[in-house]
Amino acid sequence: MRTRTQEKIIETLLKLAASITILTTIGIIGVLLYETIAFFKEVSIVDFLTDTEWTPLFAQKHFGILPLVSGTVLTTLIAIAVALPIGLTIAVYLNMYAPKAFRKTFKPMLEVLAAVPTVVYGFFALTVVTPFLQSIYPDLSGFNSLSAGIVMGIMIIPFVSSLSEDALYAIPKTLKEASFGMGATRFQTSFKVMVPAASSGIIVSVILAISRAIGETMIVAIAAGQQPRLTFDPTVPIETITAYIVQVSMGDVPHGSLEYRTIFAAGITLFIFTFLLNTVSFWIKKKYQEKYD
Amino acid sequence: MTNSQKNKLIDNAFKIFGVACTLFGLIILAILIYDILKTGLTRIDWDFITNLPSRRAQKAGIYTALMGTVWILFLTAIIAFPIGVGAGIYLEEYGKKSKWANFLEINIANLAGVPSIIYGLLGLEIFVRAFNLGGSLLAGSLTLSLLILPIVIVSTREALKAVPSSIKDASVALGASKWQTIWNQTLPASVGGVLTGVILAISRAIGETAPLIVVGALAYVPFAPSSPMDEFTVMPIQIFNWVSRPQHEFAVNSAAAIIILLLITFMMNGVAVYYRNKWQKKIKW
Repeated sequence: MRTRTQEKIIETLLKLAASITILTTIGIIGVLLYETIAFFKEVSIVDFLTDTEWTPLFAQKHFGILPLVSGTVLTTLIAIAVALPIGLTIAVYLNMYAPKAFRKTFKPMLEVLAAVPTVVYGFFALTVVTPFLQSIYPDLSGFNSLSAGIVMGIMIIPFVSSLSEDALYAIPKTLKEASFGMGATRFQTSFKVMVPAASSGIIVSVILAISRAIGETMIVAIAAGQQPRLTFDPTVPIETITAYIVQVSMGDVPHGSLEYRTIFAAGITLFIFTFLLNTVSFWIKKKYQEKYD
Repeated sequence: MTNSQKNKLIDNAFKIFGVACTLFGLIILAILIYDILKTGLTRIDWDFITNLPSRRAQKAGIYTALMGTVWILFLTAIIAFPIGVGAGIYLEEYGKKSKWANFLEINIANLAGVPSIIYGLLGLEIFVRAFNLGGSLLAGSLTLSLLILPIVIVSTREALKAVPSSIKDASVALGASKWQTIWNQTLPASVGGVLTGVILAISRAIGETAPLIVVGALAYVPFAPSSPMDEFTVMPIQIFNWVSRPQHEFAVNSAAAIIILLLITFMMNGVAVYYRNKWQKKIKW
C-alpha cells in the first residue's frame, strides 16, 4: 500500500512539473494582454497600426508601431538573404557531395556558430563588420541594419543548414539512386529530386530561422541603432521591436506609466509574429511528416 | 560543348561553391575569435578579473559581473534541472498517449519558439512585480529557468527514449513499480543524455542578455552579490554596457570580457559533448 501512495505522489509531482509549461504560456499571454489592454485605453489602436512615427519617449508622442515593424522586417530580410542561400548550399553539399568524414566534422563545427552568445555577435557587427562595409561604401552610417542583418544571417546559418540537412538525410536512398540511374548528375539530382522531396523540412527550417531572426535582440540593439523610422534603406540607423524594449528597460521608466506599457504593446506585436510563424511551421511538419514512410 | 560536359561543369562548379559556403561560416567564426583575441587578450590579467567596475576603463574589472554570472548559473541549474527533468519524465513515461500530454507537447514546441525578450517581459511582471522580488538574482534566474525549460524537457525526453524497452520490461517483470523502474533503471541508463541537455541549456542561459535587462539587472552594480535577493549584473550585460560606449578603451574591455564569456560557454559545451560521447560509448545495447 505504501508504495502505491508513493507512486501516486510522485506521478502528481511530475505532472505538476510538466504543467509549469502551461502556466508559462498562460503567464506570457496574460501579462502581454493585461498591459496592452491598459495601453489601448490611452492610445487608439488605429493610431498604433497606422501612424508612421514611434516617439513615446519624446515630448511630442506618437505611437505608430510601423517604424519598429519595418526595422524588424528589414533586418530579418537581410539575415535570411544571407542565411538561406548559404545554409541551403551547405545542406546540399554536406548531404550530396561531401565525404562522410567531412560531414561528420563540419556539421558540428558549424553549429558552434549558434552557441556563441548574441552579445558577442553584436560586438562583432559594430566593431568589425560595420567598419569593413564602410571601407567599401563610405556613406554607411555607424549604426545600420545592413551590418546587423548580415551578422544575424551568419548566426542563423546553422539553423538552416542543419535542419535542412536532416530533411535531406531523411529522404529514402531509392529516390537518389533512381535519379543517378537515369544518368543525372549530383547537381541535377540535388535540385530536381532531393530538394523538392525535402521541401517541407527545408521550409520549416527557414521559418524557424526567420522566427529566430525576428526575436533576436542584442545584435540589433548594439549595431542597428535606436532610431525608429519607416524605411527600407539598409544604410541608416533604425530600431527593431526588440531593440526598443531593451532601450526602455535600460532607462528609468516608472512602472505603470504609458511609456512602461509601450514595451508590452511592442512585445505582443513581436509575440504574434513569432507565434504565427511557429504555428505554420508546426502545421507543415505535422501535415507532411512521414510522407515517405 | 556537349550537354553532358556542360552538366559536369555545373556539377563541379557547385561542388566548389559548396565547399566555399561551408568554409565561409567557419572563416567568419575564425575572424571573430581572432579579432576578439587580438583586441582583448592583452587586457586580461588578475586585476581585470578581481576589480570592481569603474568609470575609468583602465581600472574597471569584471568581478561583479563574473560573480553575477556564477550565481545565475547555479540558481538556474537548481531551479530548471528538477522541473525540466521531471516534466520530461512525465511526458515520456507517464502521459504518453493522453490528450493532456499531447497538448503539453504542442505547448512546449511553441514555447521553444518564443523570443527570449518576451520571457523578460513575463519575468518583469510576474517575478519582479507580482512576487515582489525586484531586480534580484532570484527573479533573473527564475526567468531564465522558464526560458530554458523547453530545451531541458526535449533533451530529457530524447535521452529517455533511447533506453530500450527491454530494460524497462525486465524491471517491471521482476516486480518493480513504475517509479522504481524509472529511478533504478531508466534514469541511470540515460543520465549522460539528460546531463548533456541540461548543461547545453544552462550554457545558453548564461549567454542571454535581453531577458535579464528587461527583468532589471543593472549595468552598474558596485558590489558582488552575496544572496539570491541581491541586485546583480552578468557578463553579457557588462559587455553590452562597454560596447555601447564610444571610447576605444571600453571596446578593449568588452573584448577581454568576451574572451572570458566565450571560454565559459565553450567549456560548458565541451563538457556536454564529452559527457555525451562517453555515455554513448559506455552503453551499447
